[in-house]
Amino acid sequence: MPSREITYAEALREAMREEMKKDSQVFLLGEDIGVYGGAFGVTQGLIEEFGPERVIDTPISEIAIIGGAVGAALVGMRPVAEIMFFDFMTIGSDQLVNQAAKIRFMFGGKAKVPMVVRSPAGSGTGAAGHHSGSLESWFTHIPGLKVVAPSTPYDAKGLLKSAIRDDNPLVFVEHKLLYKTKGQVPEEEYYIPIGKADVKKEGKDITVIGYSIMIPRVLEASQILAGEGIDVEVIDIRSLRPLDTETIASSVKKTNRVIVVYEPPRFGGFGAEISSWVGEELFDYLDAPVVRLGGEEMPPPYNPNLERKIVPQVEDIVREIKKLVR
Amino acid sequence: MRGDDGVLALEDKLEMYRKMYLIRVFEERAEELYMEGKIWGTFHLYVGEEAVAVGACSALRTDDYITSTHRGHGHCIAKGADIKRMMAELLAKDTGYCRGLGGSMHIADVEKGNLGATGIVGSGIPIATGAALGCKLQKNDKVVLCFFGDGAANTGAFHESVNMAAIFRLPVVFVCENNMYAMSFSVKKAFALPDIAERAKGYGIPGVSIDGNNVLEVYETTKVAVERARQGEGPTFIEARTYRWKGHSKSDRQAYRTKEEVREWMNRDPIKFLEKYLREEKVKDEELENIKKQVEREIEEAIEFALKSPEPTLEEARRLVYA
Ligand SMILES: Cc1ncc(C[n+]2csc(CCOP(=O)(O)OP(=O)(O)O)c2C)c(N)n1
Ligand SMILES: [Mg+2]
Repeated sequence: MPSREITYAEALREAMREEMKKDSQVFLLGEDIGVYGGAFGVTQGLIEEFGPERVIDTPISEIAIIGGAVGAALVGMRPVAEIMFFDFMTIGSDQLVNQAAKIRFMFGGKAKVPMVVRSPAGSGTGAAGHHSGSLESWFTHIPGLKVVAPSTPYDAKGLLKSAIRDDNPLVFVEHKLLYKTKGQVPEEEYYIPIGKADVKKEGKDITVIGYSIMIPRVLEASQILAGEGIDVEVIDIRSLRPLDTETIASSVKKTNRVIVVYEPPRFGGFGAEISSWVGEELFDYLDAPVVRLGGEEMPPPYNPNLERKIVPQVEDIVREIKKLVR
Repeated sequence: MRGDDGVLALEDKLEMYRKMYLIRVFEERAEELYMEGKIWGTFHLYVGEEAVAVGACSALRTDDYITSTHRGHGHCIAKGADIKRMMAELLAKDTGYCRGLGGSMHIADVEKGNLGATGIVGSGIPIATGAALGCKLQKNDKVVLCFFGDGAANTGAFHESVNMAAIFRLPVVFVCENNMYAMSFSVKKAFALPDIAERAKGYGIPGVSIDGNNVLEVYETTKVAVERARQGEGPTFIEARTYRWKGHSKSDRQAYRTKEEVREWMNRDPIKFLEKYLREEKVKDEELENIKKQVEREIEEAIEFALKSPEPTLEEARRLVYA
């Protein structure tokens, strides 16, 4: 397949553009997504292409953005809502958690809510305590919601297209530090199934499981470790819920060692779910306890040195893997 | 300010002038430091809106409270903050108001009654309402002044809070800084009303729309509202119309407005307006120049203090998560 190099942000934009062209029921709503192009430029140019009826700038009203998407989805549309920073998901989350996630079930299967809420998570930009949150694990706790968090432009495009086509409410977790990263993306149209992990690098000594911004860091760490004779297998789960336990299992059976790496605070984070699943199902295959490498137990600090220290970096990943393999 | 009768003495007006100029230069120098890479992240500049913060805070007692916004440097200075500690916060230093942990969007100066800036638009409005509830229950005679933007007026938090403040007759003054935009979203698109102040009717409280670039008008309007609140008569809604001269934050192409519009508003500079007024009151140019020089010196000292200050440590940050 012929491909070209584009950024993560461009890949997301292409996904929305293609789905909007294909289906008149797909539309975008959010704050400053029109002429401003979104706080991170993801929707740039789309209002010019599709007009203000399908690229809708809203007031600062997260409840009505997410709730509005729920209502529009209920009457048959496929809204893609943008919440400018993941921290603001908390404001609209009543509509997501109490409505979107439960409507199908509570209505006895008589309705569906095909909607996507996209939002950038993560720290690393100096935006401090209200603009750096990674709250994805909150939403993985809600049956009825799907949660995906791609790490590459290729995955971002393919997953967003599937997300828009999916008949369930879905939280699409982007990362601020990934928007400008580049990668090969096919010219041709493609979809990536939701709920399928991707082995980003094969190896035999240890399985490292992660998602989003942690994947490039883990890959960099595994290069360093390769120089020291440690062969790392890197699993990008891509989809937190549903979780592809099959891919995890076959890797663990091979390497017998597992570490889960994630940005938000370690306590109660998504790594705990993977860790306990592996412990319960694959205990006999383990040569060491499953280790979680997560963030510090504190809100994201403004100071750049501290901000960096509280989130797993390449050197932290290298150090923890060495401890486990030696 | 000085007179409890609400009549401003000339020295009060000169103090207003000093504070407005202090805000202006603070913002301009902060922007330069950002360009030089000494400040990181992002911030929201208050240039052009100085009369709102200064006029409104001048109508408060020093023990009254304010809540601020993401565009909060002006509020903080107007409430009497130490600019050394503000500058140190922008430079992420341990000597800053938040010990370098909060940054521009979270500056709080609790001793001076500033209950803090916030990065979540609208979130200061319920907090101001709650602070006013606390003051009422404590019967301490204090008033809370709540700053928020036109954009914040469209959050759910706004509606719930103003209604609650109205029905409980809380000692709070809602000051809506209508600077015509919420990021790129013009008030013309964001409201189906000509004046945001008309919203007040729906809550059963007084609402007034004023020239936010006229510091004396802001002061006088706020003074009435503050006294009303202090007397137990409940909240007032003030819409102060002003304009943000700079981009929304540090990454704004400003494709949503014209240069002419910006220029037009720059011609209505709130500082020049007060300067003209003071000259008419026979204040000498020399006196104004002295104020400016003093302010500029103060800012340079603050920058020097901030640059020399130490960084916060992780160990200390860990201790601050829980009380
Ligand atoms: C809940 C929430 N939604 C969105 C944002 C992003 N954002 C930051 S400032 C801003 C505009 C705020 O407009 P306004 O209240 O008018 O204040 P101004 O910036 O004009 O001073 C937006 C949309 C935010 N910080 N919080
Ligand atoms: Mg505004």
